[in-house]
Amino acid sequence: MSAYRDKDPRIHGIQSKIRVVPNFPKPGIMFQDITTLLLDPKAFKDTVDLFVERYKGKNISVVAGIEARGFIFGTPIALEIGAKFVPLRKPNKLPGKVISEEYELEYGRDCLEMHLGAVEPGERALVVDDLIATGGTLCAAMKLLERVGAEVVECACVIELPDLKGRRCF
Amino acid sequence: MASQDEQDPRISNISSAIRVIPDFPKPGIIFQDITTLLLDTKAFRDTIDLFVERYRGKDISVVAGIEARGFIFGPPIALAIGAKFVPMRKPNKLPGEVLSEEYSLEYGKDTMEMHVDAVKAGERALIIDDLVATGGTLSAAIRLLECVGVHVVECACVIELPELKGRERLGGKPLFVLLSST
Repeated sequence: MSAYRDKDPRIHGIQSKIRVVPNFPKPGIMFQDITTLLLDPKAFKDTVDLFVERYKGKNISVVAGIEARGFIFGTPIALEIGAKFVPLRKPNKLPGKVISEEYELEYGRDCLEMHLGAVEPGERALVVDDLIATGGTLCAAMKLLERVGAEVVECACVIELPDLKGRRCF
Repeated sequence: MASQDEQDPRISNISSAIRVIPDFPKPGIIFQDITTLLLDTKAFRDTIDLFVERYRGKDISVVAGIEARGFIFGPPIALAIGAKFVPMRKPNKLPGEVLSEEYSLEYGKDTMEMHVDAVKAGERALIIDDLVATGGTLSAAIRLLECVGVHVVECACVIELPELKGRERLGGKPLFVLLSST
C-alpha cells in the first residue's frame, strides 16, 4: 500500500497495523482487515486524529457513517468535530421513515437507507467508511445526502483500493 | 424513562433525545431509537462522557462492542480510556480466525463471532451495546470473552428494558445503564 500524506509520521504506524487476509470473503480477494488497527489504541487514535485535523473548523455539521465499519471511524470523528452522526444502514434496520438508494454489487444489487429528518437542506456533510473499493456504497451514500439537500464536502476512508477506480464515481 | 443516576443533570437530556417508535420491527414492540440521540451533539457527547468517567483509570484494556449499534458507542469510549476496541460480529463478517457463540432469539437462534487473537487471557474488558433487553446478546459476548480468559468487568448500555430481566442473565456480571425504560 502506498500512503497518502507520506510526510505524516503517523501514517506508517497505521498502515503497519492493518492486516491483509487472503481469499476472504472468497478466493482471489485480499481483504484489508482494520480490526487489527483497532487493537492498537495509539494507531486507532492517530487514524481518528488525522481525519479530525483535516475536518475540524470546516463548518461540517454531519458525519454520515456507512454500516458497519463506517460507524467505528465515523462516531469518534463526529464527536471531535462537533457534528451529528448519521448512520447509513442496510435495509430494514432503521425504525423511522427512511429514504433508500440502491447500488450495484459485483453480483446483484443492495440498498442503503437514511432516516428522513436526520439531515437538513444546506448542511455540510462528510461520508466515512473504512475502505473504498468500487465506490458503489459511497456513491449511494452521497446520493442519499444530496437528495435531502445536503452538500457532501468530502468522502473519507482509511484505505483506498485504487485499481478499482472508486474515485471516478465522484 | 427512569434514570439510573437521578443526580446527574445530563441524563435528562439524553433521555429526551431518544425516540420511541411503536410497532417496530413488529406489532407490539416499542423500539428505542438511539439515532436521534446521535443528532444531538451535546447529548451524544454527554452519553460518552458518562461511560468514560465511570471506566477511566480502572485498568480496562478491552472495549467489546456488539454489532452494529455497539460500534457507535464503543469506539469513542475505547479511545477515551485508552483501550482497544474489539467488534463482536454477526457470522461471516470477521475475516480472520474466529470463536463463535450461539444464542437464543425470541424465535430461533443467532451466532456472534470474535477474532481469537483480539484479546489475551487476563485482560479486563467492558462490553458495550445500545440496549439490553433479554440479555441474550450480552451473555453470548460474555461467554466469548471468558472462554479465552478475559475478565469481563461490566456490561454497559445506554438503555435497559428491565421487564425483560436481562440483568439476571449475565452470569453474575454487573450491568450499568444510563436509562431504564418501562
